Amino acid sequence: MSTRIDRRFEALKKEGRAALVTFITAGDPDYDTSLKIITGLPKAGADVIEIGMPFTDPMADGPAIQAAGLRALAAGQNMKKTLKLVKEFRKGDNETPIVLMGYYNPVYVYGVEKFLKDAKSAGVDGFIIVDLPPEEDVEFCIPALNAGLNFIRLATPTTDDKRAPTVFRNTSGFVYYVSVLGITGTKAPDIKSVKANVNRLRKHTPLPICVGFGVKTAEQARAIAKDADGVVVGSALVSAVEKSLTKAGKPTSKTAKAVHALVAEIAQGVRT
Amino acid sequence: MNVTTPNSFRTGPDENGLFGIYGGRFVAETLMPLILELEQAYKDAKADPSFQEELDSFLEHYVGRPSPLYFAERMTEHLGGAKIYFKRDELNHTGAHKINNVMGQILLARRMGKKRIIAETGAGQHGVATATACARFGLECIVYMGEVDMERQKPNVFRMMLLGAKVVPAKSGSRTLKDALNEALRDWVANVEDTFYCIGTVAGPAPYPEMVRDFQSVIGRETKAQMLKREGRLPDSLIAAIGGGSNAMGLFHPFLDDKDVEIIGVEAAGLGLKSKTKHAASISGGKPGVLHGNRTYLLMDDDGQIIEGHSISAGLDYPGIGPEHAWLHDMGRVQYLSATDKEALEAFQLCCKLEGIIPALEPSHALAQVMKIAPNKPKDHLMVMNMCGRGDKDIFTVADILGVKL
Repeated sequence: MSTRIDRRFEALKKEGRAALVTFITAGDPDYDTSLKIITGLPKAGADVIEIGMPFTDPMADGPAIQAAGLRALAAGQNMKKTLKLVKEFRKGDNETPIVLMGYYNPVYVYGVEKFLKDAKSAGVDGFIIVDLPPEEDVEFCIPALNAGLNFIRLATPTTDDKRAPTVFRNTSGFVYYVSVLGITGTKAPDIKSVKANVNRLRKHTPLPICVGFGVKTAEQARAIAKDADGVVVGSALVSAVEKSLTKAGKPTSKTAKAVHALVAEIAQGVRT
Repeated sequence: MNVTTPNSFRTGPDENGLFGIYGGRFVAETLMPLILELEQAYKDAKADPSFQEELDSFLEHYVGRPSPLYFAERMTEHLGGAKIYFKRDELNHTGAHKINNVMGQILLARRMGKKRIIAETGAGQHGVATATACARFGLECIVYMGEVDMERQKPNVFRMMLLGAKVVPAKSGSRTLKDALNEALRDWVANVEDTFYCIGTVAGPAPYPEMVRDFQSVIGRETKAQMLKREGRLPDSLIAAIGGGSNAMGLFHPFLDDKDVEIIGVEAAGLGLKSKTKHAASISGGKPGVLHGNRTYLLMDDDGQIIEGHSISAGLDYPGIGPEHAWLHDMGRVQYLSATDKEALEAFQLCCKLEGIIPALEPSHALAQVMKIAPNKPKDHLMVMNMCGRGDKDIFTVADILGVKL
């Protein structure tokens, strides 16, 4: 069964270019502004949209994404509202793939079966759950695959040739290669090692490989797009939201525009 | 809950690191190869008699084990019921039970060739213990500590610095223990090659809950032997305070299959369980969820967002509890009760005056429970309370509450 994610990557392959995958936290800085941001992403040049499900304790994320999550929670964001956000986005866009990204606890507390059902009906295509390694596949990955949704796995520099088959066993949609050892948005990826690792991982999976963690500029995106099937931008966009806010943390007329402008700029990197 | 009683309560976890549904390995992929490497290294060490010999030698000559099993005569007279014994783990080098586990993990880290040690700390006791062992073996030591806790536990921060450790404030979230744990995990993800994460309690991804329990079980093994020698039989009840639950698990585990021994864990009820968010009683006031690598009882809201725990004791205000405790609760083998800040403070003061022992605020919670139940027990009831830490670190907090300016 093909999903929006599969179809999008097939189309881009025909076009001969890499995907721009954008990450933004749901409800940051508030529900309405984040809906506006997300709705405008495809036009700005995003090919795949990752929406962060806010969590109080995001262990694998850096300060920018953690702060975004806390802003969203303070503004009243919760899982129901995150699914509603997807539903509203889908009213105007039935093609752009949506991936929900986050940590397991809010999903577990919502109830796995109910969450999968509600997410699917809202128009979600896949999930990245950071703290669910292959060892915990029965928890959520297998039920998600059975529901016809994608489960996208993170591969990292510690995913050696011995570990790779385990990581890719139940992965679908695409692979998210974490280009640095560490948390989101702190170090810049080393292009040479990215190239070597992407080519190494290709031997283990036919899935598209997207590269992220630390990508901030069109130039980096361009360099990575030479070898990867997609480039993920997250912390840079979340920081753009933060910079546009008032001192009290309220959105301004510039908030959505700032994100869209940065996406448009980085999109040039995957298109030229 | 409809569950069958297993033949033994001491066989967990299973090969997936699970105690029933609790535990597991809920970590980012970057850490998974390290977790598996650690699991193998621990398995090998456990099977190597020279590892246990080396550990035993350090526990005896450096830590000062065995710790005494002390008959608290005046406390017993005062309460007028059960015969009360204190397991004196506050007499260990560094003043708490934490060093038992740290010695084990640091010897393991050396075996694995790791040169850089990271740790999280709440009250600072685990941080001090880790800094101590690192100084002893010449290892680099970085301790993550919540900014709020650093303020509450200044003497321990200074101790760690004297011991050559770098104390890094955790400035995110509630700036307490859970955030220090987040920061330590972030450090580990970024420094996978040379770094060993020395977790201070029976929580985290497998194999930590099992490994820390094994290292702390020396408390229970000694207690068993000492009580048999003193009284010619096993104790009737065991009582210990629980934050993450390592001192309690260490005391309880060797007794889990002794069915006549009543076992009680005491969580921190802060301002009272009715206060909803002003306590740190994960079992009495929380529900199962997934955080910091394991499934266990957690304090959280309806959306699965973690709630900051509160306790007068910085060592107990963690919003979770070790997964084995969660399982023992569901199985009904251990009873989990709670004591408030106020009750702990009263017990703290009583212990100073009656026994000449200044207890840490953590075991003061266990003592508060002893005070509640000991009077109703017969005089031949043997009760053991784990005096898991000494209270020097807490005198500032207590003075502040009593309105005394130091």
